[in-house]
Amino acid sequence: MFTLQNSIILGLILFSIGAYGVLTRRNLLVVLMSLEIMFNAVNLIVLAFNYFRFYQQGKELGHYFVLLVIAVAAAEAAVGLAILVTIYRNRRNVDSDELTEMKG
Amino acid sequence: MIHFIDNIENYIYLIPLLPLIGFVINGLIGKNLPRGIVYFIGCISIFASFVLSALALWKVIDTGNALEIAYGSWFHSGGLNVSIGLKVDQLSAVMINIVSGVGFLIHFYSIGYMKGDEGIYKFFAYLNLFCFAMLVLVMGDNLLLLFLGWEGVGLCSYLLIGFWYKNKDYADAGKKAFIVNRIGDFGFLIGIFLIFQYFGTLNIAGIQEFLVKHPGEVKLLIEGGVITIITLLLFVGATGKSAQIPLYVWLPDAMAGPTPVSALIHAATMVTAGVYMIGRLHFLFSLSEVTMLIILIVGAVTALYSGTIAITQKDIKKVLAYSTISQLGYMFMAMSVGAFSVGIFHLMTHAFFKALLFLSAGSVIIACHHEQDMTKMGGLSKRLPVTHIAMFIGMLALSGTVPYISGFLSKDLILEKVFLFEGGLGVLSGLPVGKIFWGVGLITALFTAFYSFRLMGMTFWAKTRMKDEDYHHVKEPSKAMSTVLILLAVLSIVGGWVGIPEILGGNNPFHSFLSKVFDPTSAHGEVHHGNTPYILMGVSTSLGIILAIIAAFMYGKNWSFPERFTQKGIGKLLHRLSYNKYYIDELYEVLFVKTIMKGSRLLWKWVDAFIIDGLVNGTGRLAQLIAKLGQNVQTGNVNTYALSIVLGVMALLTWFMIATYNN
Repeated sequence: MFTLQNSIILGLILFSIGAYGVLTRRNLLVVLMSLEIMFNAVNLIVLAFNYFRFYQQGKELGHYFVLLVIAVAAAEAAVGLAILVTIYRNRRNVDSDELTEMKG
Repeated sequence: MIHFIDNIENYIYLIPLLPLIGFVINGLIGKNLPRGIVYFIGCISIFASFVLSALALWKVIDTGNALEIAYGSWFHSGGLNVSIGLKVDQLSAVMINIVSGVGFLIHFYSIGYMKGDEGIYKFFAYLNLFCFAMLVLVMGDNLLLLFLGWEGVGLCSYLLIGFWYKNKDYADAGKKAFIVNRIGDFGFLIGIFLIFQYFGTLNIAGIQEFLVKHPGEVKLLIEGGVITIITLLLFVGATGKSAQIPLYVWLPDAMAGPTPVSALIHAATMVTAGVYMIGRLHFLFSLSEVTMLIILIVGAVTALYSGTIAITQKDIKKVLAYSTISQLGYMFMAMSVGAFSVGIFHLMTHAFFKALLFLSAGSVIIACHHEQDMTKMGGLSKRLPVTHIAMFIGMLALSGTVPYISGFLSKDLILEKVFLFEGGLGVLSGLPVGKIFWGVGLITALFTAFYSFRLMGMTFWAKTRMKDEDYHHVKEPSKAMSTVLILLAVLSIVGGWVGIPEILGGNNPFHSFLSKVFDPTSAHGEVHHGNTPYILMGVSTSLGIILAIIAAFMYGKNWSFPERFTQKGIGKLLHRLSYNKYYIDELYEVLFVKTIMKGSRLLWKWVDAFIIDGLVNGTGRLAQLIAKLGQNVQTGNVNTYALSIVLGVMALLTWFMIATYNN
């Protein structure tokens, strides 16, 4: 059951759910949450590859890499949430359909 | 000092340079200098230049050789090498003395005339700049340097005609002079281009050398009409600068400038540049019979035509202006029959007596508080004795009615040379061309005598038409002005004595002096033609005296006869034609000015506003249109952007997969 193939399929399902959320949801908070899901899907796949292909040979580089991604994602989420709070304070909503000032 | 005089050729660069220095000083800091110093700088620079010119002339007379100095290369580009070189040969030696000598007298006169004018420093700066340009024109040893001076004098003429630029008419007169001169200069420049094209050099001595060294090629150029085209183009330049038909129209208007300017630039020096240029390039002009004949016709027609205008003008300066045009026509006639030294002789005597006449007129104008209308003067001989005598002498010289006075000698020499001219091409061949044009010259001389004494009568002799109180306030302006008048009056009498022909008991040293330039090969001395010269002289002089006396009687009292004559009938018609200058200005206005205005309007409205602006605006519009299309991509919606990223990634991945699979 716990094989490389199944891990990748799980990662892909998670990634697709996240992508679907990013593409369809208008609430930016939910969009951010979906992004986190996509991050973690990728992390999962990286971990799975590391575990099944290199861990037996004593190589742990994938783990360190995932830890780095989690740290950066945390920082990015903090910035994203801070922006979101500011947008909310200014406009009283966080609907992405309303936030189209950059329209050309 | 002796060393300096002996080696004067090493210092001839100072002749044009000193007035330039005067220009720089007065032009830059003259505004803050006291008037006395401005006068001093203006006059001393040209006076020093005159002293050097006189020394150079003396050296040329002494050695018989030209003073030549090359100061190195100006620029070279391809086959064109232009050097900076000055040359004082017999011809330029005469010219630089006229320019700096008469120039100095007029500078000195200006101290009195321009007294109280706030722009006095500018005036002296411009006058000095003019002298610099004119001296470069006559001293330059190549055509480009000559052209530099040619343009320089044109610029100064423009600046000085419009010196009182706050008056719009005066400023317009300046512009008119400049634009009309541009037309002539255009022809002149094309002529210079062609000279370089065919002779490969712009150096005047170089061109002459080419003509001597390549007789075969030159023969082809003559037969091909190239020489005729070149000389005609150069002559177009001369008609502009020397105010000949059809480009003479600027000179009468140029009288808007201060009177010393009219005397220096528009009578004595600048307007003779065309005559000088023909003299300088006489070896080229002599090669084209067609050109010479055209010059003869233009000169003769101009002389007669402007003479008929001068007899009705009311403005004292306009009379003199038309007289100048007429006398320039004489000079061109002399040049065109190959009597170059005679043309230059008349140029010199004319410089003396016309400067004298203009300065006397200036003295009258100042005395009458800037009144120039002769019909409002009269009786001034009692109030302005010095001016009266000076102007009388000038008029005698201009009309050539007194034997041995300068104008008499030069004018009669011209008439004699024209009479003896044998030539004629095309329709004129077989006709006694010389005698016909002598007739034109003679009639011109009669007109000259008439308007000269008409001016004297109206201004000085007739009963005054001024108000009593005004009349009694008229007095000789300043000492400086009278002194200059006296000096010029003396010059107007004796100035011609260097050129007394053999038939009058002289030996014409002027002619033999210049023959080194104009005719180095032939022996000196003139051919005798029996009694003909005496008869010609007798005819023109006695008729001139009769006309002068008639004019003096007609206008000397109260000019009631001419007024009655011009009231009705043919007299009225002729008077109106002449007084309105045959409506040539109006004709030019309709033919050229209006046409050009209309053409320009058309170009503005259609070519500029429609086509050019349309193209420029169209380019902008096109960019906007394309941008409009691309604009729709930028929705501003984050989700759409994310979708496009995902789709892009998917497309790339698909492509990679297909590529990998195919391998």
